[in-house]
Amino acid sequence: MKHVTRKATRNVNQNEGLIFEKSSSGKAAWKLPPLDVPAVDTAALLGPSERKDLGNMPEISEIEIIRHFTRLSTWNYAIDLGMYPLGSCTMKYNPRVNELVVRLDGLANGHPYQPEPISQGALRIIKTLSECLTEITGMDAITLQPAAGAHGELTGLLMVRAYHESNGDPRKKILIPDSAHGTNPATAAMVGYKVENLKSNAEGMVDVAALTAQMNEDVAALMLTNPNTLGVFEQEIHKIAEIMHAKGGLLYMDGANMNALVGKVRPGDFGVDVMHLNLHKTFSTPHGGGGPGSGPVAVKQKLEQFLPTPVPITKPDGTLGFEYSRPQSVGRVRAFHGNFGMFVRALAYILANGPDGLRQTTEDAVLNANYIRKGLEGVYDLPYSTPSMHEVVFSDKLQARKGVKTMDIAKRLIDYGFHPYTTAFPLIVPGALMIEPTESEPKEELDLFIEAMKSIAEEVEEDPQTVLDAPHSTRVSRLDETAAARKPVLRWKPGS
Amino acid sequence: MRYLPKSPADRKAMLQAMGASSIDDLFSPIPAEYRLERDLKVPRQMAESEIVDWFRERSRENGDSYASFLGAGAYSHYRPVIIDSLISRGEFLTAYTPYQAEISQGTLQAIFEFQTMICELTGMEVANASMYDGSTAAAEAVMMAVRLTGRRSVVIARSVHPEYREVLTTYAHHQNLPLSTSPFKDDGRLDLDGLDESITADTACVLIQSPNFFGTIEDVSAIAEIAHQKGAMLVVSIAEAVSLGIVEPPRQADVIAMEAQSFGVPLGFGGPYCGVIATREQFVRQMPGRLAGQTTDRNGKRGFVLTLATREQHIRREKATSNICTNQALVALMVNIFMTIYGKVGLKELAKQNLAKTAYAAAQFGKHAKVLFSGSPRFNEFVVQTSEDPYAINSRILGHKIVGGLPLKKFYPELGNAALWCCTELTTRSAIDTAGGLVAESERSVGAAKEEVDAQEVAR
Amino acid sequence: MPFPTDYKYTKEHEWIKADGKNATIGITSYAQESLGDLVFVDLPKPGAEITSGKTFGSVESVKAVSDLYAPVSGTVTEVNGELATAPEKINKDAHSAWMVKITMKDPTELNSLLSASDYEKFVAEEGGR
Repeated sequence: MKHVTRKATRNVNQNEGLIFEKSSSGKAAWKLPPLDVPAVDTAALLGPSERKDLGNMPEISEIEIIRHFTRLSTWNYAIDLGMYPLGSCTMKYNPRVNELVVRLDGLANGHPYQPEPISQGALRIIKTLSECLTEITGMDAITLQPAAGAHGELTGLLMVRAYHESNGDPRKKILIPDSAHGTNPATAAMVGYKVENLKSNAEGMVDVAALTAQMNEDVAALMLTNPNTLGVFEQEIHKIAEIMHAKGGLLYMDGANMNALVGKVRPGDFGVDVMHLNLHKTFSTPHGGGGPGSGPVAVKQKLEQFLPTPVPITKPDGTLGFEYSRPQSVGRVRAFHGNFGMFVRALAYILANGPDGLRQTTEDAVLNANYIRKGLEGVYDLPYSTPSMHEVVFSDKLQARKGVKTMDIAKRLIDYGFHPYTTAFPLIVPGALMIEPTESEPKEELDLFIEAMKSIAEEVEEDPQTVLDAPHSTRVSRLDETAAARKPVLRWKPGS
Repeated sequence: MRYLPKSPADRKAMLQAMGASSIDDLFSPIPAEYRLERDLKVPRQMAESEIVDWFRERSRENGDSYASFLGAGAYSHYRPVIIDSLISRGEFLTAYTPYQAEISQGTLQAIFEFQTMICELTGMEVANASMYDGSTAAAEAVMMAVRLTGRRSVVIARSVHPEYREVLTTYAHHQNLPLSTSPFKDDGRLDLDGLDESITADTACVLIQSPNFFGTIEDVSAIAEIAHQKGAMLVVSIAEAVSLGIVEPPRQADVIAMEAQSFGVPLGFGGPYCGVIATREQFVRQMPGRLAGQTTDRNGKRGFVLTLATREQHIRREKATSNICTNQALVALMVNIFMTIYGKVGLKELAKQNLAKTAYAAAQFGKHAKVLFSGSPRFNEFVVQTSEDPYAINSRILGHKIVGGLPLKKFYPELGNAALWCCTELTTRSAIDTAGGLVAESERSVGAAKEEVDAQEVAR
Repeated sequence: MPFPTDYKYTKEHEWIKADGKNATIGITSYAQESLGDLVFVDLPKPGAEITSGKTFGSVESVKAVSDLYAPVSGTVTEVNGELATAPEKINKDAHSAWMVKITMKDPTELNSLLSASDYEKFVAEEGGR
């Protein structure tokens, strides 16, 4: 490595094969207590349905399992190790008290069908979190059912559809800006809507003139991310809402970037009719390598009757319960009551922050992004000079002259001890570098990041090959994705 | 605020560096009329000790320390300690989706092992990295069959979990997929003649659950034959994963949609759980969800990557197989560790204990009340029909700190005073005897009351 | 980049080679180069009808999917089965790795397509953007 990094040092880590390669007959990591009822003749009970063999399932001891997964874990990057500047992903600190409270006996072992009189604790958590989130968003009602952001989008658009249907016409189209996340058009298609693209203007915002031209009585809703995926606040949001409402359409907000707004401005106040939140982004529940998430959907009153069932309610006697019979509901979107464990964590996060902490969090998130922007302006091309909120998007235009693309810079960043930023998104910026530091980064970490990015930019000028061949410090480098897709190997087989 | 790593001096220095006079400068893009000039009305900032106390209180209000006979898609099994030790490692807990393969090999290899074990257990050739839960996995599996067959209508067994059926109804509604329901017979299994009649040339698939909602094991091969004969696919939902230790998997299925909660995932009042879809290799390009695949790096070293991503929303957008993005990765890791712990022998022994407890309980309950569907093989659930309303019986059982079986009136009014009872390896003989005794008492008192009425009538 | 002069081309980068009422269709070398390593090809079955200007299949690289557009209308008579297991053949020689053979509905539709020199000019302009 030409440029020594202050953030990372190479160190030894352990090799580890697949678990199946360590299995051998007779090893075990389990022990059942003696049976306190008579043993049964399984063949007699099950007949031809009896399973005789469990194939190549492993047989391993407990210490081997601990080492196996611990070794694997050391091959991962994580927020606990350092900054995770993935734009639009909001990789913030995951507080550990959240993990403790979710494991309290009554919460961890509560059955979703246990009688309501002994579910008051869980219901209280659901109610309190619902109240906090409606206040934070400035909306009137909420469902916590959806399992993730995309599932929230689905639920939200189902409600949009139900709303229009109740007015006699479900309408045909959803407008989606060209900067949107891929889940938006995919969701619209699942709800039976046609997707119409909306071009962004020179500032990277919704082109209000284009919106006016495209908006008509066939359009059910506009799905808008605000701040958008460039990290830019839609300054004409009020006009946008007016244009939608004037023709009977609804304004849907993708809340992926809510970390820029909490405690500073409320979507319900600027004309949003329906929106989803990502508890695994804004409200600190852990990403866990890709999930679980939770995607509550908040709505204005005119959409409340369409919320998915069941809906938590306060009964006349003051106890809490669920209401299952809702004639205008869009129906059930998943079994049981949503990703409850995520509700517990999100509420613990809100309680740890309070109103002052939530506001300071947002301010720090925006401060951090702008600090990085300032530090890297001129070093990397800034395609849109519009002010940034919680994230900033550069492009690889300057480096591409030397044949170095955003993905190469991202891979080189790994050698400097950082997780890459989001590459090649949003689609409206060719060769995008999308950087979201979140509030969780101290100034020192931000300075190291800026230093690393500057150093890589220098390398691109002096020795582009080093960047093109990166990463140099990882266990594996530049895996062959083409071979993986051409001849997929999706499971281990004996003898392979 | 203790999660925020900045001193006032840091903030000041940073603002100065960017030439801003105050933090408000950075929020100037937000039109002034919308800026919130007051505190949010949320509870005040709490100390960690207060937060723990608050949730302890909620935990105590939530059936803390009750024994339970509830199953119905959410099962109480023992969770070995090392599951939480391992998933609590920050490198798993606080990592993102493994798009950057070089620094995500831990997560990727774990997913690859997960996919392998799900294949071994289900008898399928490929499995994805997870779906939200069993209900949405079933709905997505049905959509998959619709795409694969080019047909539109769907036949659903009435013995599929009622909430799974509700979810499918929601998902199918705007795809304009006609749904029809196929009834079960007196033995709790799908009515095969009725099924045969309900499949048409437009039927994309038949959706069944086995063991079904009543715990009864369906005749999967007979159902598969009927479906396949008419060119329809068979989608099988498995809600109780532990059954796979002793019940032959539905190998004849084209798609399996599973809920893996039983494998080491806390009940947690209904989520997060772990859905999975498994299928045959030839259908993989219509399968939704993430997939890890094996490959080599530029030095020929084995490694893993997310693959076949062109199926997904971030590439195919409105033409994607599904809109799913975030899945249940950390929960899938719990499932993975659980499967590794129990493995080839342990899973079988675990399943056998479930079978034994259930057989004992069904026999005890059957002495005084009617146990339905007794002629068919079952796994760890059974339906008990009583003379008295099960809610009334359950309220007496609750007095013993035991939660009785799930009353079925809401879902299956045709079964009358029926309740669905579940036993796992954690159910004690004494709990079974106590609950069984209270059910017997209820039957005796109803019987005695009835005799009294009969005697009065005779006297008249 | 050579473009065979006995082929006709579309602005969506398909080539077509006619022989009486029959024709063979593939994608151009320029197309494969801009798509990168192809990993999967989705083609119609023999007997399928394809319509001029409408999609009849798709090609995939690791991180992109591109639709295939029919240069003319017709009925698929044969599909290049080799591509199912070896899509890399398109990267190696796009102008010989054909995708489908069809019977054309109306061979005069060929007249509205680009000649080799027109296509070369079109590609040069597109590349220069």
